[in-house]
Amino acid sequence: MNKIGLIIKREYMTRVRKRSFLILTFLGPIVMAAIYIIPIMLALHGGNDHMRVAVVDESHWFENRFQDTKDHTFVLMPGQPIDSVKNLVKSGVFDMALYVPPTQLNIPSNAVVYSIRQVPMEMETYISSVMQKEIEDQKLMAKGVDPEIVSAVKTKVNLSIMRMDDKGNEKETFTKVQFFLGIGLAMMVYMFILFFGGQVMQGVSEEKTNRIIEVIVSSVKPFQLMMGKIIGVSLVALTQFVLWVLLTGGLYLGFSAHMGLSNPELLSQGTVMAQEITANDAMSNEGVQNIVQIVQSIDFGTIICSFLIFFILGYLLYATLYAAVGSLVDNNTDSQQFTLPITVPLIVAIITSFYIVNNPDSGLSVWLSMIPFTSPISMMVRIPFGVPIWQVVLSAVLLAGTFVLMTWMAAKIYRTGILMYGKKLSYKEIFKWLKYK
Amino acid sequence: MTKITVNEVTKKYADHTALDRMSIDIPEQCIYGLLGPNGAGKTTLIRILNQITAPDSGEVRINGEALCQKHIARIGYLPEERGLYKKMKVGEQAIYLAELKGIKKAEAQKRLKAWFDKFEISGWWDKKVEELSKGMQQKVQFVTTVIHEPEILIFDEPFSGFDPINANLLKEAILELRDKGATILLSTHNMASVEELCDSITLINHGKSILQGKVGDIKRQHDTHQREIVVRCDDFGKVMAVADTYNNIKVESTDLPDETRLTVFDDSPNDLIHQLLQIGQLVSYKEVLPSMSDIFINEVQSQNQAS
Repeated sequence: MNKIGLIIKREYMTRVRKRSFLILTFLGPIVMAAIYIIPIMLALHGGNDHMRVAVVDESHWFENRFQDTKDHTFVLMPGQPIDSVKNLVKSGVFDMALYVPPTQLNIPSNAVVYSIRQVPMEMETYISSVMQKEIEDQKLMAKGVDPEIVSAVKTKVNLSIMRMDDKGNEKETFTKVQFFLGIGLAMMVYMFILFFGGQVMQGVSEEKTNRIIEVIVSSVKPFQLMMGKIIGVSLVALTQFVLWVLLTGGLYLGFSAHMGLSNPELLSQGTVMAQEITANDAMSNEGVQNIVQIVQSIDFGTIICSFLIFFILGYLLYATLYAAVGSLVDNNTDSQQFTLPITVPLIVAIITSFYIVNNPDSGLSVWLSMIPFTSPISMMVRIPFGVPIWQVVLSAVLLAGTFVLMTWMAAKIYRTGILMYGKKLSYKEIFKWLKYK
Repeated sequence: MTKITVNEVTKKYADHTALDRMSIDIPEQCIYGLLGPNGAGKTTLIRILNQITAPDSGEVRINGEALCQKHIARIGYLPEERGLYKKMKVGEQAIYLAELKGIKKAEAQKRLKAWFDKFEISGWWDKKVEELSKGMQQKVQFVTTVIHEPEILIFDEPFSGFDPINANLLKEAILELRDKGATILLSTHNMASVEELCDSITLINHGKSILQGKVGDIKRQHDTHQREIVVRCDDFGKVMAVADTYNNIKVESTDLPDETRLTVFDDSPNDLIHQLLQIGQLVSYKEVLPSMSDIFINEVQSQNQAS
C-alpha cells in the first residue's frame, strides 16, 4: 500500500472509532428526525388534553358562539357570579373560565380568561378570533351591511411564480421552500467546513506538540502527511454525512411505517401542518396538492450533486489553510491570531447568505458565489433558486484552482511550521517560508 | 568504504547560517559521533540526511549515489524530541510506523514480536501509549526506529530518559546493530557514551566542522603528555623533596594516608620514577589522555575566542 494510503487509513480509522464520532453520528439523525417527527405527532394528535371552559358572558353577546371540538368543550354558566366560577376552576371542575364583563352601550371588546395552568396558544387564538368575528359582524350590521355579503366578497389570491428558461419551459417555484433550503444548505456547508477543518488543524498541531512529526516526516514527505490527513478527515466527513442521510431516512421511514403513513404526501402534509400549526386549520385537498408540487419542484439531483461538489472543494480549500495554521501553533491557545483570517470569509459568506436568499440573482450574489473563499456557501444558497450551469461550473473551477494554489502555499508553510518550536511568528516571517527550498 | 558523504553542504535560514560548507565522510559499519554545542547545526545536518530539508548548496551521497527518495526507507531516525500518538495502541502504532517505512504488515508483526521480546515489553502490545511511562515509551520508540533494519541509523541523544539498566540494554543493542552491518550516526552531548561507543567523530561549531577523526587519534593528537604516578611512602617530606627537583609537577594526597599522587606533563618521566623508587614503592603509572569532554570544551572555546 502506498504511504499516502496508509496515512489516510490511519486518520480515518482513528477518527471513526472515536466515541465522539459514534455519538454524533447517531445523535444527529435522532435530533433531526425529532425536529420533523415531534411537530407531526403534535399536529396529528392535536392537544393531548381535553379542556373544559366555563363561559360567564355578562354581556350576552357571545353565548353559543363558541363551538365545541374534540379538544375542548364550552359550558355556559349564565347568571353565575364569576367569583364562584373561579372557585370551580380552582377546584378543577373546569380548566379555565372565560369572563366577558357586562356592557351598557358599547359592543364589548374586553374579556378575561382565568386559569390555573398556562392557557394554550391555540385556545387564546380561538377565543379572540371568535369574539373578533362576532364584533365585526355586529359592527357591519349596525352600518347596514349584511355580513353574508362580506364573506362572499372575501377572496384569496393564489399567486404562482413561474420561472422560464430560454427554451420556453416553465416551472413553478416556491420561494419560501427555496429560502429555507438555501439557508439550510449554506449552514450545513458552513458547519461541516468549520467542524472538519478544525479537526484537521487539531490533528496537525497534535502531531506537532506530540513531537511525533519528526519521526513521520523522516518516513514520508510532509506534503503526503498533510494531504493524507486532509483526505482522511474528508472521508470521515463524508461517512458522517452519508450515515446521517441514511439514518435520518431510516428513522423517517420507520416512523411513517409505525404511524401507518406509508403515503409520503400525507407525511409532508403533517410537516407543513406542524409549521402552520397556529392556523389550526385542517389541510385542504388543495394544500396536499401544493405540497406535492413543491416537493416535485425541488431538483434533489442537482442539489445533492452541487452540495457534494461545493462541500468537498470548499472543505479541501479550507482544510489546507487549517493545516497550515495547525503547523504554526505550539499549543491551541495561540492559534487565534492565525485562525481569524480563515474564519472571516466564512462568516462573511454566512451573513451575506441572508441577503443572497432574497436576491439570488443580484450582482453581489453572483460575485459572492464566484469568489472561491465564499463560493462554497454562497453558491449553495443560490442553488435551490436555479443557477445557470456556466456559473456553477465556473465557480467550481475557480474553487478547484484556488485549492491547488492554496495547497502549494500551505504545504510550504506546513513543511517549515511543523518543525518550528518556541518561536513567536509573524506573517512577514511566514511569507519568507514560501521561498525556502 | 564510505557510506555517507557530505560534501560542502551549506544551509542558510533567514537570520543565520546553520551549516557552512560542511563536509563529512562516514565509513561503513561504524558508530560515528556528531558532537557540538547547542545550535551548532547538528539537527540541521540530520534533517538534511533524512530529507526533511534540502541543502542550499553542496551534496550528500549514500553509497556513492546522490541522496534521493529511495534512501528514506534505508534510514532509521530517532529524533531528540520524540513522541508517539498518545491515543494509539503500542502494537498498532509500531506496525503503522513500520508500514510507513515500507515493511509489509505481516513482516512488521513478526519483527516487532522479536524486538518486543528482547526488550521485555511484549505485555504492552495492546496498551495505549499514554498509559506508558516515559522510559517505556522510549523503548517503543527505539524499536520503531530500527524495525525496518535500515543500513543507516541516526540516533539523536538516544540515552536521554533511560535508567542505567535500560541505557545499558540500549547500548548493547546499538553495538549489535553495528556488528550486523549498520552504519550509525550518534548525536549526543553525553561524552561518556561517545568514548564508549564511537569509532570516529566530527565536532561541529557554528555550522563548521572543527575537528574530525578517529576517537583514538584525536585523543592522541590532543595528548598533553600528562602522566600520573602514584607512590607509596610513609614519609611525605621525602616525596616532596623529590618533587621539588621537578618543574611542572602537581602533588596531591590520595584517600590512603601513605599514598601520594604526582602529576607531570612529561612523556618520559623515567628520571622521576627512578628517584621515587628509591624512597618508596611505585603503586601505579599511567598515561592520561584528555577526555572527549575536555577536548570538546577546549576546541569550542578556542574557536569561539578566535572568531
